[in-house]
Amino acid sequence: MFNKRVVEKLIEVILLLAALLSVFTTVGIVLVLLFQTYEFFAVVRIRDFLFDTQWTPLFAEKHFGIISLFCGTFLTTFISMLIALPIGLIGAIYISEYSNEKTRKILKPSIEILAAVPTVVYGYFALLVITPFLQKIIPNLSGFNAISPGIVMGIMIIPIVLSMSEDSLRSVPISIRESSFALGASKFQTSFKIVLPAALSGVAASFILGISRAIGETMVVAIAAGQQSRFTLNPLIPIETVTAYIVQVSLGDTPTGTLEFKTIFAAGMSLFVVTFFLNILSYYLKKKFRYVYE
Amino acid sequence: MNKPKKFEIANKVFPVIGFLAAVFGLVMVIFLIYNVVTDGFPRLNLTFLISFPSRKPLEAGILSAWVGTIWIVVTTVMVSFPSGVLAAIYLEEYAKKSWMTELIEINIANLSAVPAIIYGLLGLELFVRILKLGNSVLAGGLTMGLLVLPIIIISSREAIRSIPSTIREASYALGATKWQTIRKQVIPAAMPGILTGAILAISRAIGEAAPLIMIGALTYIAFLPEMPIKTEFPFFSFQGFFDGFTNMPIQIFNWVTRPQRGFSVNAAAAITVLLVIVFIINGIVALLRNRYEKKMRW
Repeated sequence: MFNKRVVEKLIEVILLLAALLSVFTTVGIVLVLLFQTYEFFAVVRIRDFLFDTQWTPLFAEKHFGIISLFCGTFLTTFISMLIALPIGLIGAIYISEYSNEKTRKILKPSIEILAAVPTVVYGYFALLVITPFLQKIIPNLSGFNAISPGIVMGIMIIPIVLSMSEDSLRSVPISIRESSFALGASKFQTSFKIVLPAALSGVAASFILGISRAIGETMVVAIAAGQQSRFTLNPLIPIETVTAYIVQVSLGDTPTGTLEFKTIFAAGMSLFVVTFFLNILSYYLKKKFRYVYE
Repeated sequence: MNKPKKFEIANKVFPVIGFLAAVFGLVMVIFLIYNVVTDGFPRLNLTFLISFPSRKPLEAGILSAWVGTIWIVVTTVMVSFPSGVLAAIYLEEYAKKSWMTELIEINIANLSAVPAIIYGLLGLELFVRILKLGNSVLAGGLTMGLLVLPIIIISSREAIRSIPSTIREASYALGATKWQTIRKQVIPAAMPGILTGAILAISRAIGEAAPLIMIGALTYIAFLPEMPIKTEFPFFSFQGFFDGFTNMPIQIFNWVTRPQRGFSVNAAAAITVLLVIVFIINGIVALLRNRYEKKMRW
């Protein structure tokens, strides 16, 4: 018979190991990216990587300017945020401040269903529904472009922004609203001038998480944005995002271990660094918000 | 005089605009589903479900895709569910507030928002190349397992946190040890919440394509992983875990990116099947959560 106390201690150690698995995952990601990126920068100068305006690692004349991939990422992210942030926030204010409990109970879960639709489905939507539709309005729109996947990603990210913002707005204490009404403010004034500022850090956290999600989104842009990296901010022509480039290389027959292959880790590293800072910022804003009201 | 008037108008108009914003996404997705189903429905029949992919759109089917999806989902859950729940138990029941738990906390928050494709790069290097698993079901399942781990940890923690401490104290008062209390009281009570997380993870594992493309899942595959149950001795086989695979989203991606019209119809049909599965799973989550919320008034 084992000693009861020994068994209890042993269990605690096993549980701790399970909790540390998530830390090991991060360590694994960082090590893999660092190692491959280090080898990449042994050949390519950091200056070229950051400031060259062309990205053509798969061509005969090679350029490694990551900025043109980030142009694509910036374009699609920016367009998607034009849709997701205002609609998500206004929807959240409506559900939190205006709708009754019954409407809220139906609306919120049905909006969250949107988040469950696989991203390839949104890719299909962008390429085969939205692009042909937009081509009727904008005649010189290319079959692959930034605007259509941007719009679709915006629709896809609405639930993230809406759901998280609504949680923050709702956790603003009711007494703050009542004080505002008592001073003669209307519902609109109370919602926008009192409740929204009070929930601002929670709302900001949801916005940043939405941006992070848009930057990392892969399948929609891989399907509908094209595979031509360009140093441009024109939303009507084919571009390539950081994520779409990584998919393009891994679908091709680039041999592992070559410099061309290492580019996907360098691109992945840039992506990881950018989203990491956004995620941490979002985490702290959310925490700050909780600290104020809970 | 002008200002209050402006607010009065806003006061009247905003509920309408707000409602439209709240239902906008929903309307768009219903429009999307309508489009996909009308495109894909004519192609949906039994042969489509039990045929391998083909160069001819009308002969192509999704057999290897849905079988691969099941393999990946089962492997993913086997990898992530036990470790995710155990991690959640540690963080809620054992961990004291310290820099280490704070670090684990930030780490999980970040991991849940790391782009899926980064997990693909990790899987490619760690599982495919260093551990030499190749582009197998196991490599895919391990990669997806790490990807869904934060989902399982976060929802399990919420479920465990919602169990009132009186339940634990009652158990201790009867002489139970900490682990006995957790195993016999806390976990059973938190089970609906934990299962909700598991189902969300399954839903994610069904729909994800990018990380599996990264680890080299094939886009054209005309065989199935070997079945785990055999008719002759020793009646089981692990060979399937080491076989190549594809899954539904990858098959759809492949068809969407082909220029021929026939393939986009196939893609629409496959999407219809995928959406039916995903919505059924999310319906189960909604039901579970509903029942859970009703039951959980202590």
